[in-house]
Amino acid sequence: MSDKPYVARSTMIAARVLGDETMVMSATNSTLFTLDEVATVIWESADGVTPLEEIVKQKVCAQYDVPLEVALKDAEALVEQLAGHGLLLLSDRPIPQSSASPKVNP
Amino acid sequence: MPGVMTATSRSSVIVEIGGLPIALHCDNAAFIRLLTERYAGYVADSEQAAFDFDIELAPQGTVSGDEDLTVNWNSGRWLMERGDFHAEFSPATARGRIKQTINPFSLDSVLRIVHTLLLARKGGFLVHASSAIRNGRAFLFSGVSGAGKTTMARLAPPDTALLSDEISYVIPQDGGYCAVGTPFFGELARVGENLRAPIECVYLLAKGPENKIEPMAGAEAVHALLENVLFFARDPEFVKLVFDAAFDFAGRVPIRRLTFVPDARVWELIQ
Repeated sequence: MSDKPYVARSTMIAARVLGDETMVMSATNSTLFTLDEVATVIWESADGVTPLEEIVKQKVCAQYDVPLEVALKDAEALVEQLAGHGLLLLSDRPIPQSSASPKVNP
Repeated sequence: MPGVMTATSRSSVIVEIGGLPIALHCDNAAFIRLLTERYAGYVADSEQAAFDFDIELAPQGTVSGDEDLTVNWNSGRWLMERGDFHAEFSPATARGRIKQTINPFSLDSVLRIVHTLLLARKGGFLVHASSAIRNGRAFLFSGVSGAGKTTMARLAPPDTALLSDEISYVIPQDGGYCAVGTPFFGELARVGENLRAPIECVYLLAKGPENKIEPMAGAEAVHALLENVLFFARDPEFVKLVFDAAFDFAGRVPIRRLTFVPDARVWELIQ
């Protein structure tokens, strides 16, 4: 389990949902990412106040037939990758709304 | 005692691309003449410009040629710096200045950036694509370096008007988008014609064993387009504007994959 369980979308991005996928562009280096359906679920739930494990339990395991341990491990790898590109913020405590990007609409 | 009197004369040229006249002023009349030739077809007759830039020519060797480009918004100004130029402009005052060597291609780069930044506010963008008008409609051929942008421009039949072989200028118009000619050229070294037309289609280029067109939809189409749109500025608001414009564009203009054999027959598909 990560020691930084809170995740929030960075404000330094542009994002759009297109079908089941989400496109996210870094505003600092214009790098473009496409998130698949499950990654989109996590992205949209990254509100800064819901711990990642809770997001995985409520949004991933409830919707997709996958054990919590497996889904959580994958989710942690995903958020670390996105955080490494500055798209997500990770913290050991809830992240204020002013630091996070609002949820994007399709 | 008589004073020491000096007089300097300033030469100017107005370069109008995409309906945006930009005045370029410089103390060096020979440089302005060089620009007048370089931007032939885009030199405006009017006295009025939307933006004014003062150009200071730096002596050779005083501007380093190996710094990467940075474009940043700072205290109400866009700052644009690369090894061969330092430039800034204020949208509020519509004035800017450029320090560069006498190489006109440095100014070319500054103008591309300035137009990209100003176009974003109008919902437009610049994209790595050659473009041409045929039968009153514009076609864009986009792709990374080596994909065939210049090849498509070179193979264009006589009934086409080339807008650019390298950078296409896209602006919203009448609920759709139109492509506008630019003087920004690539390998073909030919200034585009100063014309505009509604965009019929964007083709993402790939060379292959036969000519064929395949539809692209949804995320694939937008992703392919965004990979070729010019993003210069490290600024969240600017990136969001251009990002949103690309999505809107992809919802209004067909994006297709064009696999082609590099000979003139490919243009039989472009109607």
